[in-house]
Amino acid sequence: MLEIKDLHVNVHGKEILKGLSLKVPPGEVHAIMGPNGAGKSTTSYTLAGRAGYEVTSGEIGFHGEDVTALSPEERAARGIFLAFQYPMEIPGVTSMNFLKTAMNSQAKLRGEPELDAAQFLRRVRAAAKELNISEEMLKRPLNVGFSGGEKKRNETLQMALLKPRLAILDEMDSGLDIDAMKLVAEGVNKLRAPDRSFLVITHYQRLLDYITPDVIHILSDGKIVLSGDKSLALQLEEKGYDAVINKAA
Amino acid sequence: MSEETNTLQDLADQKYKYGFVSDIESELAPKGLSEEVIRFISAKKDEPDWLLQYRLDAYRRWLTLEEPAWARLRYPRIDFQDAYYYAAPKSDKDGPKTLDEVDPELLRTYEKLGIPLHEREVLAGVQERKVAVDAVFDSVSVVTTFKKELAKVGVVFCPISEALKTHPDLVRQYLGTVVPATDNFYATLNAAVFSEGSFVYIPPGVRCPMELSTYFRINAAKSGQFERTLIIADKGSHVSYLEGCTAPQRDENQLHAAVVELIAMDDAEIKYSTVQNWYPGDENGKGGIYNFVTKRGDCRGDHSKISWTQVETGSAITWKYPSCILRGDNSVGEFYSIAIANHLQQADTGTKMLHLGKNTTSRIISKGVSAGKAQNTYRGLVSVHAKADGARNFTQCDSLLLGDRCGAHTVPYIQSKNPKAILEHEATTSKISDDQLFYCLSRGIPTEEAVALIVNGFCREVLQQLPMEFAVEAQKLVGISLEGSVG
Ligand SMILES: Nc1ncnc2c1ncn2[C@@H]1O[C@H](COP(=O)(O)OP(=O)(O)OP(=O)(O)O)[C@@H](O)[C@H]1O
Ligand SMILES: [Mg+2]
Repeated sequence: MLEIKDLHVNVHGKEILKGLSLKVPPGEVHAIMGPNGAGKSTTSYTLAGRAGYEVTSGEIGFHGEDVTALSPEERAARGIFLAFQYPMEIPGVTSMNFLKTAMNSQAKLRGEPELDAAQFLRRVRAAAKELNISEEMLKRPLNVGFSGGEKKRNETLQMALLKPRLAILDEMDSGLDIDAMKLVAEGVNKLRAPDRSFLVITHYQRLLDYITPDVIHILSDGKIVLSGDKSLALQLEEKGYDAVINKAA
Repeated sequence: MSEETNTLQDLADQKYKYGFVSDIESELAPKGLSEEVIRFISAKKDEPDWLLQYRLDAYRRWLTLEEPAWARLRYPRIDFQDAYYYAAPKSDKDGPKTLDEVDPELLRTYEKLGIPLHEREVLAGVQERKVAVDAVFDSVSVVTTFKKELAKVGVVFCPISEALKTHPDLVRQYLGTVVPATDNFYATLNAAVFSEGSFVYIPPGVRCPMELSTYFRINAAKSGQFERTLIIADKGSHVSYLEGCTAPQRDENQLHAAVVELIAMDDAEIKYSTVQNWYPGDENGKGGIYNFVTKRGDCRGDHSKISWTQVETGSAITWKYPSCILRGDNSVGEFYSIAIANHLQQADTGTKMLHLGKNTTSRIISKGVSAGKAQNTYRGLVSVHAKADGARNFTQCDSLLLGDRCGAHTVPYIQSKNPKAILEHEATTSKISDDQLFYCLSRGIPTEEAVALIVNGFCREVLQQLPMEFAVEAQKLVGISLEGSVG
């Protein structure tokens, strides 16, 4: 359960989130839509604990715990995962090595034993296969020279292996062709589980055709201005943000 | 500066792991440097007269030389009279013959350092392999393992003082032929006072059946170490050699001035790897080893190859340019380097590739990592002789800066007297970006590990060159030497 209460966030001294409240119960998929610059990526970075995203008031509750003051790695260990709008390249570090380091670090932070090499390989291979990620790609430096679609598939692979309790997908569909989007959406759908929730940030109805949300929120100027079921996305598609937001106001 | 760089700067300080002092009684030469001290060292080693003369000639020449000042290094004048030039464990009177005879305190020291002073196979990944070790403690070799097994295939691997007795002609034939006693201030000093190092001879056609390695340990206070290593790979032979070094944490600076000479005959190959982890001094720049080293390889034969790989993480000051003289036609020289400087460390390191023979090729890959207030300079020379038709060089120098108070400098010299030579040079300077770091953090990888991961990625091309047995250790070392760094 994610429970954000009246969150105010400053970035470089400027208030970007201005009283954002949001509840995502376990097992549910919530979508966030909203115009450019509304604060969607800011929300996702704040949830992941990025330095420089200063919470001036409000609270982020996660499974009954206030995680507002926790470091990003502690949040990751508690099961918060962010699929980046623009995944980073890390030269010289293979995807395989990165995955192993991440999984072992999280295990360590949780006080669990590390995976042995054979177990790890089995899991990675199985998950990679489902996402159509080749062995060769796993041996390449992380995201370096990957196409947009490959990067997003790689984010999905990390998500599948890290098994988060909350996955935040920031514009998972940007830059993807139809086939790649289906593949990523399928990957997400397979991970849907009663104890896992999703926050899907997108601009387009199209992604929500594949990942059906339980609730859609519209974020505008740092606040949720409207929430509704998936028909909201259709209205937006038809009338645009201005009309829908103004009608709500 | 961004928030994440700030957290980088707050990384806790991890103390140098090898900074302990072993409680071993030493026999010392009289303090300071004089003909008397040189005679003392030579007598201790029971050396032939020609070598004593060699030392004395070098000493007299050294007295006329000035300390070089062209490197980008700042340090107070070294008082060469305020050091001991010879220190040996007392228990090691005539030098032990077998492992059982070694002082247990010395064995414990090496165990603490994680160095296998036994004749079992070492576990490296899934494969078990043997590594022969020559353990040099201050000015003497404590023990050399696997000597008998190596002798079966004709490989000589022993302390150079022992080789002077068992293979005097070989030593006399090759010593000083790559780095002459007149070469430079520190090499001349070394020629005068060198005390121990390893000697390796691989006979024609032999592929050395195991990794050879020497571990240098400085223990005694106020002492310098003047290692001398000589490796000869005869026609068609092959050897891979690794050098490791550590020293206790002391407030004063200690001098290590080594000379390493490699000779590769026709079709021979020498792979020389170094993991240099001398005490770097504390975060305020107090103490640490001054490392002034002359390393040079001579590709004397056609189709010979010499490959240097170095991981330089320690020392307060590093002054070191492992070089290749590409004399034989079609010979190959390689230099793979990682130089990490943290806190107030200063490194001025690089290589010289001298193309004399036809169709000679060289490859230089240098990865410099600077953190804290450290200064890290790559200094390299690629020189092509007029007759070196078909010479080729590829140089790549990459610098990574952690924080904004450190410096990276690249000084490549190119001299080509052959218009047809093909010389390529690439250089980059980068920083760890906040985005990269946050990406790692968001996956649950804590800052220190994230930095180590990214830096290891940056150094990958060089780390891959290390023998498997040492690659894992070196990767850990890269992480450790940056801890408490980025400030
Ligand atoms: N580092 C920063 N410095 C200054 N302003 C910032 C910074 N990061 C974000 N902002 C500002 O915060 C506002 C919200 O940005 P954010 O990236 O969260 O929007 P978004 O809803 O994700 O937009 P998009 O749909 O374009 O991805 C924008 O006005 C942006 O310029
Ligand atoms: Mg965005």
